[in-house]
Amino acid sequence: MLLQENKNKELNVDLIRKDFPILTRKINNNTLVYFDNGATTQKPKHVIETITNFYSNSNSNIHRGVHTLSREATEAFENARKTVAKHFNVKNDQQIIFTAGTTDSINIIANGLGKGFLKPGDEIIVSSYEHHSNILAWQLWAEQNSGKLKVISLKQDHTLDYDSIEGLITKKTRIIAIAHVSNTLGLITDLEKVKELAKKHNLIVVVDGAQSSPHMQVDLQKLNVDFFVCSAHKIYGPTGTGILYMSDYWLNNLPVTKPGGGTIKTVSFEKTEYAEGALRFEPGTPNIEGVIGFAAALDYINRFGMDAIYKHESDLVNYAQKRLAEIPEVDLYGKSEHKAAVISFNIKNQHPFDVGTLLDKYGIAVRTGHHCTQPLMALLLVPGTIRISFAIYNTKTEIDYFIEKLKKVIQLLS
Amino acid sequence: MSKSIREIENEIVEEFEIFGDDWEGKYEHLIDIGKSLPLIKEEFKKEENIIKGCQSRVWLHSEKKGDKIFFTADSDAIITKGMVALMVRVLSNQAAKDIIEAKLDFIDKIGLKEHLSPTRANGLVSMIKRMKTDALTLSK
Repeated sequence: MLLQENKNKELNVDLIRKDFPILTRKINNNTLVYFDNGATTQKPKHVIETITNFYSNSNSNIHRGVHTLSREATEAFENARKTVAKHFNVKNDQQIIFTAGTTDSINIIANGLGKGFLKPGDEIIVSSYEHHSNILAWQLWAEQNSGKLKVISLKQDHTLDYDSIEGLITKKTRIIAIAHVSNTLGLITDLEKVKELAKKHNLIVVVDGAQSSPHMQVDLQKLNVDFFVCSAHKIYGPTGTGILYMSDYWLNNLPVTKPGGGTIKTVSFEKTEYAEGALRFEPGTPNIEGVIGFAAALDYINRFGMDAIYKHESDLVNYAQKRLAEIPEVDLYGKSEHKAAVISFNIKNQHPFDVGTLLDKYGIAVRTGHHCTQPLMALLLVPGTIRISFAIYNTKTEIDYFIEKLKKVIQLLS
Repeated sequence: MSKSIREIENEIVEEFEIFGDDWEGKYEHLIDIGKSLPLIKEEFKKEENIIKGCQSRVWLHSEKKGDKIFFTADSDAIITKGMVALMVRVLSNQAAKDIIEAKLDFIDKIGLKEHLSPTRANGLVSMIKRMKTDALTLSK
């Protein structure tokens, strides 16, 4: 069957699971049930083999040589850039810059804007459910420049209070930095509403796509924001790699704050001329295996299509929420049908740490704690939550097992 | 005469040996032990008595009485409370020198070594360190 014919048909999860070697692991004599994909995803053979193959056959430094290996490595690297650009529907692949990950990308944006475009006293808007990585870089700038962070509040159902955003905007507001999907609640931000306001008030829009890009089609041409960032390791790719997408305007105007070899045209002690395009922002030797592995991961999931993936994971979320509702001791956060693969909950009167520790004994990997969203935890009035997050290889059978064991855990703890 | 650290450790190992591979039984027992933890007084639940590095909160109060060190504690997570109770059972009412030198290999023997892992999730390692430094400080 042609790969194209397969795309966006219903996922054959049994077959997909065979592609992931780690899923056969036993934890405490139980088959691994991996529900911590929000933290990182498992890797298919295709990605693992691509990296092994690179080091076995084509390893060389890139952009730097005339010999065969360096040419092969450079081609593989730049082809990876093209693959990523195509995946996100970006016409000019130079707008895709490879970084060390989402956090690194946000720091590059914040430092660049902080150097050239923000003035002391300027204001930046973030949301209540932001990940620390999309708070701290802005907070640091604000602290050092008498700036202000303004925060979009949440409604009762934990979705963003979009109506309140305009009230936060002043003459000094310059940026809205916002998560596309909440890594703790799974709620999907209505970016069109955010963009509308940003356009009206001429604000720069920075979208943290770390938790959206694994779970849905993201068309950056259509989205048309200033900056979009995400990480490879959350999309079945290697760690240590991510992307920073910037609009054409910023590609030519964002100040360089991480200079180094590879970012230049000419260097002398008197003056340095920086390169154009993506290379300007890619100092030093990059995580070549990470970039090539990332492209392999995208090739892999594009066999199935992001729409099929979204549907599969939505079914899992709805099923899990339905089954969790059977348990009276469960407190669910961010109830909604529009969630991307993530559910946070707590067991009444139990500390999430206890629940997570015992679930692990049954082979079930969940995440407990504040999920790098301490401000959100403060709003929810809890020290942490239990988070389950799904991927293409998770199944309803796994959810059934999880619910069965969760009931047992509640018994053990009472 | 009060028991030595070694003696108490051996007692605990024997208690847990009964469960063999039955980890559910082991954890139930651990949770039970947590219920017998000499609780820290509310007035000592201060910022400086919170053990850092925990997903769950742990409070520890150390006191010297005569030539022995005594510990009271609490935690808001039941399993952590159990681990804390074990540590207090072993190290409380002991001489400072013995506390500082205690190797605490009973934790591995009862199959709960994972709670000593350096992940940020548990503060057991921090707590043991704190108990030992408190013992040192109080003995001066």
